[in-house]
Formats: sequence, C-alpha cells, structure tokens
Amino acid sequence: MKFGILINEGPFQHQASDTAYQFAKAAIEKGHEIFRVFFYHDGVNNSNRLSEPQSDDRNLVKLWSQLAEEHDLDLVVCVAAALRRGIKDELLAPGFHISGLGQLIEAGIEADRLVVFGD
Amino acid sequence: MLHTVNKSPYERNTLESCLRLAEPGSAILLIEDAVYAAIRGTTASERIAERIADFSFYVLGPDIAARGLNGAPVLEGVQVVDYGGFVDLVAEHDATQAWL
Amino acid sequence: MYEEDDGFQGGVVKRFMYVNRRAPYGTIYALECLEMVLIAAAFDQDVSVVFIDDGVYQLKKGQDTKGINMKNFSPTFRALEGYEVEKLYVEKESLEARGLTVDDLVVPVEVLSSDELRQVMAAQDVVLGS
Repeated sequence: MKFGILINEGPFQHQASDTAYQFAKAAIEKGHEIFRVFFYHDGVNNSNRLSEPQSDDRNLVKLWSQLAEEHDLDLVVCVAAALRRGIKDELLAPGFHISGLGQLIEAGIEADRLVVFGD
Repeated sequence: MLHTVNKSPYERNTLESCLRLAEPGSAILLIEDAVYAAIRGTTASERIAERIADFSFYVLGPDIAARGLNGAPVLEGVQVVDYGGFVDLVAEHDATQAWL
Repeated sequence: MYEEDDGFQGGVVKRFMYVNRRAPYGTIYALECLEMVLIAAAFDQDVSVVFIDDGVYQLKKGQDTKGINMKNFSPTFRALEGYEVEKLYVEKESLEARGLTVDDLVVPVEVLSSDELRQVMAAQDVVLGS
C-alpha cells in the first residue's frame, strides 16, 4: 500500500515527528511504500540542518534524512509555511526539498492512505 | 474509518469530540498523551468504558511504556498495539482521521 | 472515491474533508488550514470544509484585528465559493454551545447536527486538519 504522511509540528516541541517517524519505519518494514512525507505548519522545522540536540538524544532531522536516503523518500517542506518560519533552501538537511501545498493534495489523491501527525 | 487521538482528555477535548462524531463501528487508536485514557481506574477511562460497545479501541504500547504505565491495568476491551499494529490499522480502514 | 471525467490525473476524485477545530489568531492553524483549502480547490476533488468545537469561531463576523497586529483573514472565507468550495459545514451543537447562530457568521454555511455530520465524516476518503 502507498502511504502519505503529513507532519504538522516541529521536532522535539511535540511528539508528532517522532510518532510519524516510527510509523514510517514500521510501514517500510512491512513492505509498504511511503509516497510522500509532507511537512506543514511548524513541521517545516524538521528540515533544519542546524538542529543540534544533546549528544545522547535522537537527532530527528538526521533520522529523517537517513530514512529518506535509505528508502528514497520524498520529504517535502511547504514553501509558504517555510518562508514564514525562515526555512530556506540553504538551511535544508539532505533529503528535504521545498515545494507547494499542491504536493500534499497530490499525496492525498495518489496515496492509498494519508495519515496526519500533529498537536 | 480509523480515528487517532493524541492528547490526554484532561488537557484537551479531542477524545470527547472524537467520541461524539465518530461513527459507531469505527476504530479509535489512542497514541502519545492520549494513552492515559486507556488506564483503568481513571475518570478518563470511564468515558471509554461507556462507549466500549460502539467502537474498537486500541492503544499504542510504546507510548504506555514511555509514560511508566506498563504495570498499570489497561481497560478491558482496549487492545494494545505497537507501531506495526498502527500501520496495520491504517491499512485495514478506508481512511484515517486524526483528532488534533 | 469515484471516477469522474473532469477529475485530476486520470479521473480519480476523492472526498477531501478539512476539519477546523480551533479558534482563530491564538494559533496559526486556522489561517494555514484555509491556505491549504484554497490550494486544494484547484485539484477538482470533492471538497468539504467542516467547523466544529472552537473552529466555529473562525467564521465569526466583525473580527477587528488591528489591536493585535495580525491580518484579519475571515473575509477570505467568502472567496471559497468563487473557488467552487461550496460545502461548508458547521456543527449545530458547537455553534449553540458558544451562543452563536448562522447570523453571526461571515459566510453562508450548512448547519449539521452531530448525527448528520457523523455520517458526512464517515464517508470521506481523505481527512486533513490541524
């Protein structure tokens, strides 16, 4: 099955990104395909490569980048939400790219299931 | 439909709204802070107990463990699942609605 | 979901529902959800926008935001009709609990009881909200 994932909150502030990540990993392990992960509202902050959590804690930005690389995931950061929050191309961690809300709607159309993680 | 609720009912009214508007026969999965509502002996779990016949209730095990609730009794009729079970629930239901 | 000749990319038309539960201005969700609906309108899907709980406050007339230095985006709800987003549903119980009637709202809506809204929600293919 093809899954679309929408993440509405930034890393660490809310559990949304963690839960989404664990869900995505489990879905891949079960042989499903992640069609797209779309980051909206403060979720755009999951793409910030300057994030520096404590060394004994998970690095959510890196985890998403790694998952994207290992499984060729499409990590899309909403342009309007990103601009508001100062997320621009030069700030993006590997695997993330900025695009429009149309990508989220397309994910809703193309994927078999769309799951939303937020506050 | 699979409904997900992620906030404690003591903090927010999303569980209440979900119970009001979810169609009987659908599934409700408690994740993150909402797992407290699945623990027996709380006023929150009484709301779930009242509707136990109307919905299939599930609760995310890793969130229960994280909150130190592993020894606490989960309400009878609420099924504990892991992330793999979460994925299965999403796949089994036509659509998923997150109550945020 | 159903097939329709005018639909996006090969004819698939899905029922998309956008759920609004939060008041405006205290958080950005109301504004950014509306922005999402406006973009979604271009995709020829079967779109409904629902207002429940504090979400009904988003439609309240007379929002004067000068004092809080934020943009009053409530007039944008009137633009939805022009984008062919015509299914705006407000939950009756949420409206009444807050002492509001349709006359207090900035745009015409269809008021549904919880029972009616429950059925509409159950029929959706994709549910978005924040």
